[in-house]
Parts: sequence; structure tokens; C-alpha cells
Amino acid sequence: MPGLEHYLILSALLFCIGLTGAIIKRNAVVILMCIEIMLAGVNVAMVAFSRFITPLQLGGQLFTIFIIIVAAAEVAIGLAIILALYRKRQTVDTEKTDFLKW
Amino acid sequence: MMSNIPEIVFWLIPGLPLAAFGIVFLGLRVLRLKSGFAALLSVSATAASFGLSLWTGISMLSAPGTSSLDGFNWFSSGNAITVDIGLLINPLTAIMLVVVSTVSLLVQIYSIGYMRGDNALNRYFSFISLFTFAMLFMVMSNNLLVMFMAWELVGLCSYLLIGFWFHRPKAASAAKKAFFVTRIGDFGFLAAILILFSSTGTFSIEGIHQAAASGIVSSAAITWAALGIFFGAMGKSAQFPLHTWLPDAMEGPTPVSALIHAATMVAAGVFLVARMFPLFEYSETALSTVAIVGGITALLAATIALVMWDIKKVLAYSTISQLGYMMLGIGLGGPGVALFHLFTHAFFKALLFMGAGSVNHSTGTLDMRNMGGLARYMPWTCITFVIGALSLSGIWPLAGFFSKEEILAAALEGQPVLFAIALLTVFITAFYMFRAVFTTFGGSYRGRSKPHESSAAMLLPMLVMAVLAVCAGWLNATGAIDSLLDDGTKHAWTTGIFGVFTHSLTWISLLMAAAGIFLAWAIYVKRWFSAERISSRFALPYFFFINKYWFDEIYNIIIGNKLLNKGIFSFFEKLDERVIDGAVNGIARLTSSTGSFVRRAQNGRLQTYLLFFAAGLAILVLMMVIIS
Amino acid sequence: MGMHIAFWVLSLLAVAAAVGVIWQKNLFRAVLFLVLCFFAIAGIFVTLSADFLAAAQLIINVGAVAILMIMSIMLTREITSGSPSNMLGLPALAVTGILAAAIIMVSSSASWLLSPSSPVESTTGALATILFNNEGFIFLIQLAALLVLVTIIGAIVLLKEEE
Repeated sequence: MPGLEHYLILSALLFCIGLTGAIIKRNAVVILMCIEIMLAGVNVAMVAFSRFITPLQLGGQLFTIFIIIVAAAEVAIGLAIILALYRKRQTVDTEKTDFLKW
Repeated sequence: MMSNIPEIVFWLIPGLPLAAFGIVFLGLRVLRLKSGFAALLSVSATAASFGLSLWTGISMLSAPGTSSLDGFNWFSSGNAITVDIGLLINPLTAIMLVVVSTVSLLVQIYSIGYMRGDNALNRYFSFISLFTFAMLFMVMSNNLLVMFMAWELVGLCSYLLIGFWFHRPKAASAAKKAFFVTRIGDFGFLAAILILFSSTGTFSIEGIHQAAASGIVSSAAITWAALGIFFGAMGKSAQFPLHTWLPDAMEGPTPVSALIHAATMVAAGVFLVARMFPLFEYSETALSTVAIVGGITALLAATIALVMWDIKKVLAYSTISQLGYMMLGIGLGGPGVALFHLFTHAFFKALLFMGAGSVNHSTGTLDMRNMGGLARYMPWTCITFVIGALSLSGIWPLAGFFSKEEILAAALEGQPVLFAIALLTVFITAFYMFRAVFTTFGGSYRGRSKPHESSAAMLLPMLVMAVLAVCAGWLNATGAIDSLLDDGTKHAWTTGIFGVFTHSLTWISLLMAAAGIFLAWAIYVKRWFSAERISSRFALPYFFFINKYWFDEIYNIIIGNKLLNKGIFSFFEKLDERVIDGAVNGIARLTSSTGSFVRRAQNGRLQTYLLFFAAGLAILVLMMVIIS
Repeated sequence: MGMHIAFWVLSLLAVAAAVGVIWQKNLFRAVLFLVLCFFAIAGIFVTLSADFLAAAQLIINVGAVAILMIMSIMLTREITSGSPSNMLGLPALAVTGILAAAIIMVSSSASWLLSPSSPVESTTGALATILFNNEGFIFLIQLAALLVLVTIIGAIVLLKEEE
């Protein structure tokens, strides 16, 4: 049985890979995918805590359920926003959507 | 002693003019008083305090002594500093009270005539009342700090009254000059107060005297404190080298010159040194400094007075010279001698100024070259002016003779060089005074406007003052004033008045004065010698005199221009420009350049922000790792 | 031992698939990598004896989210430009590397209060009891339902064609 640390390290790796992707990718849909990876990483940590620290109460799994719900909602809204953006500007490239500045 | 006078009287003496000031000053705007009422109020308040002062003075003569009124606590800070507003009435104070209130009363009556028609009479009388209050309070206060406050108040009134016609640029700048120059002296006074407080722990004048007498104060501290006090006196009493403000102060109304710049305020320095004389007694250095500065001032100012054409300037330099005399007297013979001269000088110099004012009023000029022959048009003014001039020259039996005689005697005993200076000054004084008399009243009229005799309101105080200028000296005929201030012995009044002729000194000084008068008569009446010829013969000293030894120029160039403008001011200007402005501009530039650099981060791409956000998160986590 | 093998294989798969999402220039392949990553994570959930979550992960993430992604890729017609990276690659790598290192350091050095008891098997019933219990999370579940409803309405409003 691998220990808690292993799961946490996996979680950290997934989170940071997702973060890297969210920072460096230019396609808005890919950025949304990377955010999903980050959330999955968090879920791993939650479930691992639940398994190793409070195995009988399932608190961590409950959190994970809510995270999955909110993530699904977020994807729906996020993709809607991306489509709306695409409809307005014919692109989903973040390099070209820098109108939020001085 | 003096138990026959209730305490309230002492408080009323300065209190009444203060009340008059308050009412009249309010009357300027709030009450909208008639100016006649303001004058009446001011004069009657001063008259009342004159009466009370006279009462004090007379009872002091009959039963000399000191009475100290604790008054009330002004403020205290911790246990160390307690400042009371209290009064200290001793013979010195009593004499000053009489002098100040007499001159003030007469000058105020004179002002009613002189200032008639001026549209700021309320202001004038409120300032005069304030001055009277401040001066009376200053001579009475028992505490150096309170005295300093009154001292500054007196200076303020002087400023306000010199600049009374502030719409004239010369008057405004003269007021400023007077304020600044006396302030240089005040710095010394303040320093002395602090020295005394740090070494005795009290501001009380009596306390300081006791401490000095008990020997707990180091002699260096006493010397420095005494010198500081004398420095303050130099500023107020226009002593060399701080004398330059007094001639300029003549820009003020003539009654002001008579009251403040001849009789009372300028004598405050002499009074101060006399008040603190117990300190000076312990410092040979300070005493000789006082005497030497006095001697130099007496001669220097007298020589300048020789060549002035402005009648008030002649009198101003004469005042400086006479104040120098007083300082000389205090340095060599003690406060009694000086105070007696102060006493008589106040009367005859105020009289002379009143005369000059009367002349100015009728001819509209102060330049003696445009006068002449006024004796015919203004007989009363002429008579009183001549009495004043005789008194100043020291002719027996007028007041000036007796007081000057005492100073000369003290100088003869003390210091031969200073005695020679004093004697020379007697001659010069007599000469320039009668030069003024002859060019003003003798010969034929050279002006344009038609001269006329002044009104009764002006003549009456002049006549009273003339009587005083004759008689004031007789008060000391029995040695009364001397015995009040020093431990002199009393003698029969005949000894005082006629006995002087048994001394050869009397004959010498009378001879000098007479020679001066005779020379003036010979040059300006008989014209045996031409004044121009003499001045071209003695071109070099004349050059010095007419330029007033270039004091103003030297101050302007060295202190004003080199030291202040080019030195301190430009240093601070540079400091302001470079350092302070530089700091402000630098911070602004730094902010703006930081901003223009940092705004690159604000590029509108959310991912850049996310990167910074992640970096912040990383830093936070790292910090927690390091801390734990 | 079997657990170890499963864990290592699944985690390697998950990490590799996550890297593949970023690495892959082709958008469709990126989505497929994402699906693979979600599968691996579902497996990880199984090793943690969270069977209900594994199922939910498969249904929601693999089933719904991935399909949604593919649909939006098609709708945005950006396949030709692929999935390029911007200029922030190096700083992003440095920052996330430091972050990962710090988190790994903390989580491996911390002394966790591990519980010795064995976990609940078949969590579905237990989770349902907690979620729909009156003293439990029923209110939150209703809030979550509201959130999903609002999301649907929001998406419709956002994408409504403007006349």
C-alpha cells in the first residue's frame, strides 16, 4: 500500500503541471483543460487525506463530490464564455485577447 | 514699608492702559468708537496710572524699600519650572514708573493735537495704550521670563508704531529694520535668561540675585549671563553696533519718537542692566564691556549728529549718544547715576522731540535747511526747544546738567580715557544741539509753506515737559534719588544745587558745553566761519560722519548680502532646490518610472497575472517552509 | 504489492497524460490525453477505496466534460492553429517547479496523524447517508443543484444569438 506522501506528491505534480499549462497555453479551451487537471490533482489529495486520516468519516470524498460539481458547472460556463468570445472576435487565442489593460 | 499703598494699586498701574487698549482695539472694528472717545479713554487710563505711579514714587521717596507681589501662577511644568506673574516694586521700578507714565501721559495729550485728522486714530491710541501697558508691566515684573514677554511686547509696539504709516515704504522698512535689529539683541537676552535658569533654577529676579550673591553660580555663567543681558540692552537701547535702527525709526509719528524712541523704550536697556546690576557687580568683564560700549556709542553717535540735516535724525543720534552716556554711567558708577540721567533725559529729550514735531507740523518738513527764523512764528515752541537743548547740553541749573555731571564724575574716578570721551561728547552735544537750534529758529525763514504756532493740545504738554526738563534735576539736589538707588548720603539741597561749583569738574564741563554753544553761534549765527569751509578742511572725518561710518552699508553688504543672501539664503535656496525639491521630484520621478516599468506587467493577458499569482503562492509556501 | 504496482502505473499514466495535454499540438489528441488522465485518476480513486468517486469521475469528467471540450473545439474551429504556447514558458516552469518542490517537501516532511483503521468498503451507501441525511449535507446538495441550474441558464444567456 503506497503511503499518503505518494498520493500527495502525485497531487502536487498534477496541480503544477495543470498550472504550467494554464499559464503557457494560448488556446482558451486548452487552458480550461489544464484547469481541470489542476482540480483533479486537488481531488486526489482530498481523497487521499480522507483515506489515510479519517477513513471512516468520508469528509474528503464529500469535498471531492462538491469539487466535481463545481468543476462541471465551471466548464459549462467557461466554454460558453469561450464560445461567446469566439463569436465576438473570431479567435480564442489569449495573446489576441489582451484588451484588459491600461 | 509702603504698607500705605494697597496691592491693587500696583496691579492697576499696568492694568488700566491694558484695559484701555482692549476697549480701543475692539473699538477699531467691533464697537466703532469715535476717535475722540478713543483718545479720551486712552489718555484718562494713562492719567490714572500716572497718578498711581506718582503715589508709588512719592511713598517710595519717603519710605524706600522693596515690595514683592507674588501674583498668580502663570504656568508650571513639572516640579522644575514655575513661572509666576508677579510684581517687584523697588526704587528703580518706582522711578521708571514715574518716568514712563509721565512721558506717556504728556505724549498722549500732545498726540491729540499732533495726530488730529489722521484717519487711524483708534489704531494709534490702542497701540500707544498697549505700549504704555507693556512698558509699565516690564519695569514692574519680578520674573525674567515675564519681563522678556513684556520686553518683546514693547518691541512689537515699537514696530507697529514706527510702521504706523505703513503705506509709506520707508516707514514699513524702518519698522522691519527696528524689529530685526532689536531681535538680534533679544537673542542675547533670551540666552542670558536660559543661562541663568539653568544655573540657578529660577526665573525670579530676586531669586537670581540671591543665587548670585550666595556664590553658587559660577563666575563664567555670571559673566556670560551679564553679557547676554547687556546684548539685549544693546539692541533695545540702540548701542553700538546695533544702533542703526533708531535713526530709521524716526519714520514713525513724532509723538511716538518722543515716547518710545527717546524717553522710554530705548531706555529699557539701561533699566534692564540696572535691574540686573547685582549680576554685573560680580563680573568685572561685563561691567567694563558696558562702560566701553557706552563710551564708544556716546562719541560715535554724537559725531554723526553733527552733520545731519534732518532735525529728527539729529535728535535720534543724540538719543543714541545719551543712551551711550547712561551705559557709560552704569558701567563706571552704578545704576544710580545712569538712572538719574535716564530720568532727566526722558523729559528733555521727549521735549525736544515734541518741539521737532511742532516744527514739522507747522513747516511740513523735517529738513533744517528749509527752516530758519521760526522763533518769530513759533515763540513757545522756540522757548521750550531751547530749554530742552540747554538741558541736554548740560547747562546749570537745568536737569541735564546734574545728571550728566554725575556721570562725568563717575567716569573721572573710573577711567581717564572714557572720561575724555565723555567730556568731548559734552562739547559735541552742545554744538550740534545749538546748530539745530540756530538753523531752525535763528536767521530767516527759508521754507515755502507759512509756519504757524501749534495748538494748545501740543503746547501744553511741551510747557509741562519744559518745566520738568528744568526742575527734574533738583529732585536729586538732596541726594534723594542717589540714596534710593545706591547708598548715597543725603545732604542739604543748597549743597546739591550750588555746591557743585566747588568742584573743578563742574567748571570744565560747563566750559566745554559753553564752548560748543559758542562755536555753533559763531558758525550758524555770526557766520564767522563757513560750515562748508570747515567740512572741506576736515574732509576725511566729515566723510565718515556724513556716511554714518557706513554701518548700514557694511551691514547690508557683509551681513545682508555676503552672509545672508550669498551665504545662508543661497545655501538654503540650493538646499531647497537640490535636496528638498530634488527629493520630491526624485520620488515623483522614481514613482513614475517605476510605474511605467511596472505597467508592462499590466499587459491585459490574464496568464501573466496568473504567473505572478503562482509566483506569489510559491513565495508564500516557501516562506512557510523556511519559517517552520 | 499489487496495490503498489497499480499505484505506480496509474500515477505515471496520469502524470504522463497531463504532460501530454500540454505537450500535444493537436487539439483532439490533447483532449484524448485529458480523457486518459481522468481515467488514470479514476483508477487512483479506486486504489484509495473511493469506488463511488471513481464512477462519478468517469461519468462526469470523462463522459460529460471531455465531450463538452471536444464540442467547443469543433465550434471554435481553431484546429488549424493547434495549441501553441506563449512566451511565458520558462518563468512558468520555474515558478511551478519551485511550487511543486515546496509542496512535495512540506507534504513529505510533515508528520501526518495517520489513522490505523481500514477504510469503509462500498462507499456509495455511506456517502448517500451523509449527503442526504437531515443533519448532513442536504442543504448543500440543494445549493449545488441550484448552482448547476444557474450555470445552465447562464450558459444559455451567454450563447444566445443577439438579434
